[in-house]
Amino acid sequence: MSPPVAVAPATPALDRPAATGQPIIVLQAIHKIYALGEEAQVHALRGVDLTITAGSYLAIMGPSGSGKSTLLNLLGCLDRPTAGRYYLGGEDVSQMSDDALSEVRGRKIGFIFQSYNLIPQLSVLENIQVPLLYQGLDLRAYEVRCIELARLVGLGDRLHHRPNQLSGGQQQRVAIARSLVNDPLMILADEPTGNLDSRTGAEVLDLIDRLNRDGKTIILVTHDDRVAARAHRIIHMRDGLIDREVINRAAPAAASPAHA
Amino acid sequence: MLSYQILSTVRLGIKSLLLHKLRSGLTMLGIIFGVCSVIAMLAIGEGASYEAQEAIKKLGSNNILIRSLKPPEAARQQAGGGAGFRGMSLKYGLTYDDAARLQATIPGVKRVVPMRIIRENVRFGRSEVPCQVIGTLPVYTEVTQVEILRGRFLTDVDELYKNNVCVITAGLAQRLFPAEDPMQHSVKIDAFYYRVVGIIRETGKAEQRTQAGRMEGQPLDNNVYIPLSTSRTRFGEILIRRMAGSFEAEEVQLHQVTVQMRDTAAVETADPQIRTLLKRFHDQNDYELIVPLELLRQAEATKRRFNIVLGSIAAISLLVGGIGIMNIMLANVTERTREIGVRRALGAKRRDITLQFLVETVVLSVGGGLIGVAVGMLTPVVVSMATEMKTIVTLWSVLIAFGISGAVGIIFGLYPARAAALLDPIEALRHE
Ligand SMILES: Nc1ncnc2c1ncn2[C@@H]1O[C@H](COP(=O)(O)OP(=O)(O)O)[C@@H](O)[C@H]1O
Ligand SMILES: [Mg+2]
Repeated sequence: MSPPVAVAPATPALDRPAATGQPIIVLQAIHKIYALGEEAQVHALRGVDLTITAGSYLAIMGPSGSGKSTLLNLLGCLDRPTAGRYYLGGEDVSQMSDDALSEVRGRKIGFIFQSYNLIPQLSVLENIQVPLLYQGLDLRAYEVRCIELARLVGLGDRLHHRPNQLSGGQQQRVAIARSLVNDPLMILADEPTGNLDSRTGAEVLDLIDRLNRDGKTIILVTHDDRVAARAHRIIHMRDGLIDREVINRAAPAAASPAHA
Repeated sequence: MLSYQILSTVRLGIKSLLLHKLRSGLTMLGIIFGVCSVIAMLAIGEGASYEAQEAIKKLGSNNILIRSLKPPEAARQQAGGGAGFRGMSLKYGLTYDDAARLQATIPGVKRVVPMRIIRENVRFGRSEVPCQVIGTLPVYTEVTQVEILRGRFLTDVDELYKNNVCVITAGLAQRLFPAEDPMQHSVKIDAFYYRVVGIIRETGKAEQRTQAGRMEGQPLDNNVYIPLSTSRTRFGEILIRRMAGSFEAEEVQLHQVTVQMRDTAAVETADPQIRTLLKRFHDQNDYELIVPLELLRQAEATKRRFNIVLGSIAAISLLVGGIGIMNIMLANVTERTREIGVRRALGAKRRDITLQFLVETVVLSVGGGLIGVAVGMLTPVVVSMATEMKTIVTLWSVLIAFGISGAVGIIFGLYPARAAALLDPIEALRHE
């Protein structure tokens, strides 16, 4: 286990991914305990240590109830650990206030959900803009960037469609564009292809692979071995601990610096 | 920057509300009705009280009116058997002595104007019009609002020499002299001729006099003014009324005395003094006092009470509207739990969520308020056209109604918005 801050540089600038190979996530002895009423409690994470370097492509696997979602929620700053330290881009986020965590999520993390989670009353373009809204940014100045992102995911001609006018695969691609709009340190994906048929799922995964090739750090939770096979590093969880870790040599060679 | 964000939040709110048009519309109805009814009711109340106050003001706020009344016990007696019994005349009402005593003893009196009001037919050629023949003094024009259209009013000379002259109202002139010039002619009342010396229009309150003369159903502006002295000699003190198959003789010296005071302060002190004075010389209840100033105060007090009642009704209807809005917004929050979770994950702080739902509620209530103001300003116009009631939409009623609708949005939106903001993002994201 590596010491955290020593290797973690200061918060990288938003518009530039952290240099590949630098640890951007350092988890130290993370515990998560859910209290269920008076006496009963669930020890969902029992001291997880994990370091993730910039540009990684990491898959988290494991049986149901092993703590995958709990871990992903902590990584996504949606929750705080009961004990342990979490350094994200050099910043200790393990005991931050609710507002500070919102800020971190908005600036450093992109989310892709299993059920897309687009906002139904907004158009494709507006959905992509949502994370900017909470940065207090003037959306008009970012419109070009948002349209470019929509083109990147192949929806340049659907800017003003509503989510319910799109197929599942298209919706998930909008969600991917949305996760990129704030140029996050990493993208967290919880079963991103769980609701898609294998062909559209493969298309979405191809898109995610491409993001990683361009230097984005990807962390995804999956049950599917074929999905995990695309990652460079696979973590297997069991009973709230990392059971074993596999470095996937078969994965398509990537991780070379994006803008090389 | 901030205003831009608020603007885009408002736009987002409108968008979310338009997603459920029917529901949003129904929710707004409560506020629409509340605001509309406040404005409309206040406009009708304001119009009514304006009319009442104008009417009272025309009586003159420096005046005290005293009218002769047939005492109820005497009237019963007469009806009980004395009716038509010749030689027995019923004597009641104000006397010439009363008028003189009022002038002499009440401090602050400017002038006292006595009036005899007799119902007679007035004739010219073949036309005959039932009228009120009013015997009074030249100062009558000082206490009543009278506009002299042609000629002159009665003069002291007329009074002194008991001249057979008259001044008629414009309406009567038209009815009696459709073709001729009234100023060239005389009219016949009872057995005597009176030369027309003037035509006036009364801007004062004609119907009050009608009551005094007990001539309900008469056209209001058929009045003939003659000198008081002439009235006394020509008609005598005993007035005979022909009723169906019988006679009714009354002895009434004066039908009305208008006491004009120096100022409103004098009105207040004179009121009880006049009551005491009259009580000393009248052993029956054969007169009534009308104090316009007091009526004005009562009208104002009534209006205040009316406004309080209206305010309470309005408050209740807006409260109900507010509860309706809160109810819908709570359902809205539950329905959009997932959206709230997504927004939180994408960086929204609690206060962003609070603001979003609060803005939505305020858009609902203020939107309802705007529609309510429009409908509420239109309703009085329609009421005025349909019923000839006067209505006045005041700016403050519009501002208050609109302000309250905004306040309702904030007050009743706060709880649902807070509930939305306090949702746990993970739970919210898991919500189906
Ligand atoms: N909010 C919660 N309250 C109580 N227990 C929870 C909660 N979330 C997860 N758990 C428990 O924590 C353990 C790990 O759950 P989870 O991280 O969802 O596993 P996985 O995603 O691997 O299926 C499970 O036993 C689960 O029941
Ligand atoms: Mg799970």
